[in-house]
Amino acid sequence: MQLDTLTKLNAARQDRRAAVVVTDLAGGKVEVIVEGETVAGPLGEEVGKALRSGKATTAEVEGKALFLNAHLPPPRIVVIGAVHISQAMAQMAPVAGYDLTIIDPRTAFATEERFHGVELIADWPEDVLKGRPLDAYTALAAVTHDPKIDDFPLSEALKAGCFYVGALGSRKTHAKRVERLKEMGRTDNEIGRIAAPIGLDIGAASPAEIALATLSQIVQAFRRRDLVATR
Amino acid sequence: MTVTETLDPLLTAENWKTAGRDVAIATVVETWGSAPRPAGSHLVIDGEGNFEGSVSGGCVEGAVITEALDVIESGQSKMLEFGVADETAWRVGLSCGGRIRVFVERLG
Repeated sequence: MQLDTLTKLNAARQDRRAAVVVTDLAGGKVEVIVEGETVAGPLGEEVGKALRSGKATTAEVEGKALFLNAHLPPPRIVVIGAVHISQAMAQMAPVAGYDLTIIDPRTAFATEERFHGVELIADWPEDVLKGRPLDAYTALAAVTHDPKIDDFPLSEALKAGCFYVGALGSRKTHAKRVERLKEMGRTDNEIGRIAAPIGLDIGAASPAEIALATLSQIVQAFRRRDLVATR
Repeated sequence: MTVTETLDPLLTAENWKTAGRDVAIATVVETWGSAPRPAGSHLVIDGEGNFEGSVSGGCVEGAVITEALDVIESGQSKMLEFGVADETAWRVGLSCGGRIRVFVERLG
C-alpha cells in the first residue's frame, strides 16, 4: 500500500465515511474506494456487498484473487434530552459498544452531576449539529417531549438518513409532531421512518426499561440496515 | 466523534510513515474455525520492531513481526498462514485451534 492510499482511507474514516480497501493478493496493488464513488462491473458489485455487510472478505474478480476490507464508521447515538431515560441509556450504550452524546439546552437537566462520564452538551441542537452533523451511522433519539427542542434535530436526522430516528411521546403527541415535520418540509416517507412511540414493544414502563427498549430498537435498526448511504 | 486516535493501527501507520519510519501492515485476510481476531484486523510494524494492533490473541504476533521486518527490507509482500502449533511449518500456532491467513505488505 502507498502512503497516499492510506492517507485517503484514514481521512475517510475520520470523516465518518465508509470505505473499502481492495488488495490484489497476487500483485499487491491496493485501492481505496470511499462510499459514493462508483465502481463499474463485478468489482463494483463486490464493493457494494462489502459496504452493506461491513465485513472483510476475499473474492475472485475477473481472475484476480482480491481481499476487500470494509471500514464502516462506528455507530453512535445522539440523544436529545438530558432526562431520566437518557441517564439510563448513557449507562447502557457503552456496554453495547455504542458511543453516546446527549444534547439538551436546559442547563437544569444537563448537569455533570446527573451525567457523570458522559458526553453532555448543554446547548440548542440547532447550534450543536452545525459543527457535528448527523450521518447514516448515527441513531437519533429525541426524548424531551418539547417540540422547541426535539423537532429540529428530528428533521435533520431524517434529512441526513440516520440509521435510526426515534421520538418519545404518545400516538396523539406524535400525530401533532407529524404535522409540524410536514410543515418543515419532510415527506411522508421520511416521517414514516420515525420510531414512535419509541422503543421495541416490550411493555417498558420505567425510565430504565424505556431506555432498554430504545437501545434494543437502535441495535435492531443498525444490524438490519441497508448500509449503502444515498448521498 | 471519530476514530479513536490511540490504539488505531492504521492511524499509527500513517503517523509513523510520515515521520520517516519504515512501516509494514499485516492484515488478517481469512480465518477458519475459532480465530481470535476477525478478517480485516491489522497489526502494523515499524523497522525497529515496534508494533500496534493485533492479528490474533497474541499467539502469532511475534512471528508476524519477524516476517514484517523481512517485508520492509525486501519490499515484497507475503502471505502467512498459521494453524495450530504442530500442523504447519510455522513454529508458532493458535492455541484456539483455528487457522488464519495474514497478508503482510510494506507501506510505500
